[in-house]
Amino acid sequence: MARLCASGICQRVERMNRRRTLLWLGLGLLAVGALAFPAAAWAAPMSEEGGSAGGATFFGLIPLIILFPVVGLLINLAFGKYLGEKWVGVVACGAAGLSFVIAVLQLVSLVNNGFHAETFSLADWIVIGDLNVPWAFQIDTLSVTMMLVVTGVGTLIHIYAVGYEHADVRHNGDPGRYARFFVYLNLFLAAMLILVTGNSYLTMFVGWEGVGLCSYLLIGFWFEKGEGGVGNARAGRKAFVANRIGDWAMLIAIFMLFWMFRSLTFGDIFGQLARIRLSEQGQLMITAITLLLLIGATGKSAQIPLYVWLPDAMAGPTPVSALIHAATMVTAGIYMITRSYPLFGLAPISQNAVALVGAATALWAATIAVGQFDIKRVLAYSTISQLGFMVAAVGMGAYVAGMFHLVTHAFFKALLFLSAGSVIQALERGQEHASGAAAHDSGHHGPDPQDMRNMGGLWSKLPITKWVYLIGALALAGIFPLAGFWSKDEILLDGFTKGITEGKPADLAVYLLLTVAAFFTAFYMGRQILMVFFGQPRTDAAKHATESPRVMTYPLIVLAFLAFFGGALNLPGLFGLEVPGAHALAEWLGHTLGEAEKGELNLLVAGISTGLALVAIAISYAIYRGKPATAEERDPLQGMLGPVFTGMNRKWWVDEFYDLIILRPYNWLARISADLIDGRFWHDWFHDAVLAGLFNIFSRLLADGVDKGFVDPVISDFPADLSKGIAAFFRRVQTGFVRSYALAVFVGVVVVLGYFLIVR
Amino acid sequence: MESTVPTSYYVVLSAILFTLGVTGVLVRRNAIIIFMSVELMLNSANLVFVAFARQFMELSGQVFVFFVMTVAAAEVAVGLALIVTIFRTKKSISVDDINQLKG
Repeated sequence: MARLCASGICQRVERMNRRRTLLWLGLGLLAVGALAFPAAAWAAPMSEEGGSAGGATFFGLIPLIILFPVVGLLINLAFGKYLGEKWVGVVACGAAGLSFVIAVLQLVSLVNNGFHAETFSLADWIVIGDLNVPWAFQIDTLSVTMMLVVTGVGTLIHIYAVGYEHADVRHNGDPGRYARFFVYLNLFLAAMLILVTGNSYLTMFVGWEGVGLCSYLLIGFWFEKGEGGVGNARAGRKAFVANRIGDWAMLIAIFMLFWMFRSLTFGDIFGQLARIRLSEQGQLMITAITLLLLIGATGKSAQIPLYVWLPDAMAGPTPVSALIHAATMVTAGIYMITRSYPLFGLAPISQNAVALVGAATALWAATIAVGQFDIKRVLAYSTISQLGFMVAAVGMGAYVAGMFHLVTHAFFKALLFLSAGSVIQALERGQEHASGAAAHDSGHHGPDPQDMRNMGGLWSKLPITKWVYLIGALALAGIFPLAGFWSKDEILLDGFTKGITEGKPADLAVYLLLTVAAFFTAFYMGRQILMVFFGQPRTDAAKHATESPRVMTYPLIVLAFLAFFGGALNLPGLFGLEVPGAHALAEWLGHTLGEAEKGELNLLVAGISTGLALVAIAISYAIYRGKPATAEERDPLQGMLGPVFTGMNRKWWVDEFYDLIILRPYNWLARISADLIDGRFWHDWFHDAVLAGLFNIFSRLLADGVDKGFVDPVISDFPADLSKGIAAFFRRVQTGFVRSYALAVFVGVVVVLGYFLIVR
Repeated sequence: MESTVPTSYYVVLSAILFTLGVTGVLVRRNAIIIFMSVELMLNSANLVFVAFARQFMELSGQVFVFFVMTVAAAEVAVGLALIVTIFRTKKSISVDDINQLKG
């Protein structure tokens, strides 16, 4: 299809097909809705009618939010091969969309319920002695916020993926994997929703592991591709192992929580925390628990020291990078820390550690992002950096600011990744066009379509993508009045207030680190925009790039809208004036997180950060205006910074460092264990010489002495001979002559009758 | 009931017939003859049944005879069919030739 449509005539046909696809999408949503109706009818009686503040509540529908993606993935798993791309997409998007509807219903329910948190218990899950973990859903303002983000952004990305994967599976030469992609995507959605809806640490951990698995599966979606045919598989493994380290800490924290509180549900733990006074030992325990939780968060949310997996995770298809590795899964750590705020509130040491880790990560990753050439890697490091902002915020106790940034970041980072995917595919199309349709099936060839050095001059080629990309980039850079400005500013404001006004040195350090990170953020985004969209096209691919189909650009437009106006969720107060709608998110989350601070717009903080951002963009403009002119030319920063730029480009050699201090000793130890301990000692000597030798002697004894000497002649041969002899005797009776049998019968009858007649 | 033949006569006759039947089964080789001898034995039993039924004025003995005759007829039908089949394969109906399970 794509090959045919390289010519102009077919483009109209293609467009008509797209329109029909959209129609099918709508029909499919209706169909899945119809399927869901019985389920809803089943669940409806469970929803209580009429909350305390009037109006209906739909808490009973909460299991459906997980059920829909599960049903979707089961349908695609079983019938995906036969459904065809259209219906696979319809089912997956329909499932995601219906989950979003449920999330909205939960929002309505909470409003009607007077914002009171609700627990919906579905079933007992684990009941062993003291351990009683129900499978229950926590519905409060915090979890509903997460549900809305996960399902909302998730649905948009699902729709985008319908278009993106259509091209991606063909570009990679295996259209049969189309359905598999959406199975994984729905599975991810289900796991993420388990994570955010669970009302205990264990339920959360189930989702926590589930999203890790999906991440692994999707990073390695093209597992046979990548460097040396194993690059993508290695990237998936790296993500999995790095996450395991975090999971290990998380599990130990969960064990300790149970040991301390005899329960794992949030309500029980935080309720006990509020009642009891902690002993010194208890204080120590809480600190240990929170530090372990922090390690868990560094794994999932890609913070120092476990962040190394996230850039490699870009091996996955771009919608995955957007959904999992930018917008939702990686925010799980922030959600978990926010959820555990009563614990962290009692452990100031851990809080400082969280804040400093976050701030350090924010700056560290931002510097690396400056030196990258891969369009997705820049965004990956930017994600790590922004997650650092959020972690720093929750570490300072500014949970609302952290969540606010989480939400806006989900908008603009999903937007950026998806737009980057649009750019990449535009380049792939351009490459195909340039090299002729004949080379279509041969997979990767020509210049790397993800390398920004191969782009340039796309401004006139991509009429929609350029605008949404620009909006995303400005939102990320924190330019007024886009979403990123408000949320980033709130975090900086918290650091400023706590650091300078309240004089906490750790928070001051956090503030300074984050401010510098914000400067770098604006710089690398400016660099990226200039390298991608401006200057002259540096390759044939860039010269012939074309805009993506509407099924991809429409979600981008929606996300761009959100990235533009997302800041309205939580506007700060201004000079004590009541701005209408200000602090909406703070008040909303305040019902769960307790009374939250309500930031005033501080012109100094906002001015510094915006000023720095503008300066950074100006610098990037000065440096990268029209440069590099060709793909071979070296980066202009290389000339100015020299080895520093090399360091940024090589990610400060962290991978090499880990390789040196962890992987190599580990491999060495493994080889020693395998060769020397297992091979030589255990296998060759102990097993072969000692065990096998002894066993041989013993079995020889058994065979010759016991078996041949006693068992064979006495137990088996003798009875056999005996029965053979008896049989030989009686065989003679069996002559085969009917008359002799009849005679025997006759004689028998006579004898029996005679006995009865005569003897008795 | 006027002067009639005493029951003992019937019993003796029946015993003679039965003995003839047994002897026939034991000494003859022709399967059809053996069959006929078996019929003889069955009928000697029938005779005794009828005789005692008359003596004790009891109908059940006579009813039994009908059963025996029915079963005998069925048996003959099956038996003759077997004999015909055997003759077709063995070309003989001597029971001494039929001394193998397989054949």
